[in-house]
Amino acid sequence: MLLEIKNLRTYFFTKRGTIKAVDDVSFGIDKGEFISIVGESGCGKSTLAYSVIRLVEHPGKIVGGEIIFDGENLLTLSEEKIREIRGKEIGMIFQDPMTCLDPLEKIGDQIAETIVEHKRISRKEAIQTASKMLEKVGLPADRVNYYPHQLSGGQRQRVMIAMAISLNPKLLIADEPTTALDVIVQEKIMNLLDDMRREGRAIMLITHDFALASERSDKIAVMYAGWLVEFGKSDEIANEPLHPYSRGLIDSVPDVWVDRDIKPLPGFPPDLANPPKGCRFRPRCPFATEKCEEEPQTFDLDGRIVKCWRYES
Amino acid sequence: MVLTGLAIVITVCLMAVFAPLVAPYDPIKSTGKILQPPNSAHLMGTDNLGRDVLSRIIFGSRVVLAVVISAAIISMSIGVPLGLTSGYFGGKLDRALSMLMDSMYAFPGLILAIAIAAVLGPSVVNAVVAISVVYIPTYFRMIRGQTLSIKSLLFVEAARAMGASDWRIMRKYILPNLIPTLVVVFSLSVADAILTEAGLSFLGFIVSAPTPDWGFELASGRPYLPAGYWWMITFPGLMVMILSLGFALIGEGMSEIYAPRREK
Repeated sequence: MLLEIKNLRTYFFTKRGTIKAVDDVSFGIDKGEFISIVGESGCGKSTLAYSVIRLVEHPGKIVGGEIIFDGENLLTLSEEKIREIRGKEIGMIFQDPMTCLDPLEKIGDQIAETIVEHKRISRKEAIQTASKMLEKVGLPADRVNYYPHQLSGGQRQRVMIAMAISLNPKLLIADEPTTALDVIVQEKIMNLLDDMRREGRAIMLITHDFALASERSDKIAVMYAGWLVEFGKSDEIANEPLHPYSRGLIDSVPDVWVDRDIKPLPGFPPDLANPPKGCRFRPRCPFATEKCEEEPQTFDLDGRIVKCWRYES
Repeated sequence: MVLTGLAIVITVCLMAVFAPLVAPYDPIKSTGKILQPPNSAHLMGTDNLGRDVLSRIIFGSRVVLAVVISAAIISMSIGVPLGLTSGYFGGKLDRALSMLMDSMYAFPGLILAIAIAAVLGPSVVNAVVAISVVYIPTYFRMIRGQTLSIKSLLFVEAARAMGASDWRIMRKYILPNLIPTLVVVFSLSVADAILTEAGLSFLGFIVSAPTPDWGFELASGRPYLPAGYWWMITFPGLMVMILSLGFALIGEGMSEIYAPRREK
């Protein structure tokens, strides 16, 4: 197992109270595996991703659990050590390619910057590596001399990916990398991520697009209100979702190929500072019973993990 | 706007550098003719000791520029690093520094400068110290605010996710993005510092006779004004105003370029 997250808890300590953005989440990613984390906005997906590289900002704090990466617990590493892991072992791609590049620096310099930070090579060599990386993500090598404003959104996202893979990390975390892009570009970027996976990298894709997740990834982790409510193989979850929330997510999106009615999920995700008692999905769940006033356990059904009382026994 | 300002500032700078070549008379020696109104031989007249007012103004620009520019550089080199680290790291250090700077900012600039200069004693170096202390909070507050907004931008976050250290992020990612702000704050604070310098000089905290300095000229010409000798204070006063205006125009113009406001 490349990355193993065990009982991770990341809380935000705000004036309104403690917000349990990631609450007791456990799952693992194998080498070369493509995992998607899906869920509505504000359910803790991004916080989970940031927790992995320990970039949770004040007032957020990782309060418990373990993150075992390549045999090492990232949560107990020194600040210096974790900085070496960031970029070199775990690459990160961000949501908005328009703002994640420094407007004042040529993109080649920005990529080289990352390389020089981690490797003892000359700036010239680093720039050469940078142009190789750009070619790898499908941009002409001479783009190293361009400034971010000279590139389109899709091109910038490619630059971000080039930057993220420039040090050959084992794990690539992509936080909604295609949300700001149109579908054609999205397709290309996702293909690029697929290529990266084929080279043996593990991918952790954060998205709210269930269709995209099931189409591209090996496994899907469904998050709701800080909980991991379901985890399993993509096709299994897509064909037969176990958790009522996964079902709701799938039914609420129109399908171009199948003629069926859209069933929107009623209600909103709960206020995490003050979540409902028992199961956090209970107020929106069509199957809620009295039992659900108790926090559900996590059940393992032949490798499929689901946090719902319906699967007790 | 910027060009007008630049033209004024460059003219005064050239005047200061080439003072001995440009000035028609020795600024300290008397020409023998006292209290002459402006005429063709003395374009700005002569003072009560018979010295040429124009020559004194030309030489006086040296003190003003030296004091103001060096003070601005000192307060910038203290205010910018403080504001940058304070804004970047936040927390208790930031709270403490902000409180300190705000309490300094609460004093009117000239009053604070006078207090410091009075404690240190009158001299050019002490005036530089006094004026630089006054403008540290200006740099600190602007740079801190800008740092706060730049550090929340995604590319800073991205740099951190790639493993960049705090020091590197501040130097490579935040500082270059602060330069537009810095240019504006520099020009505007220099414009203000010129007035403060003139005030200090007027009160005798910078130079003593016979060294020429604009603020000091105002003081020495003042007793003669009621008798109708207007030129002794009018021209130095105008020069203070014009030079300050020059820097202010640069600052305002730059801020207009960097952050254009929609309605005009």
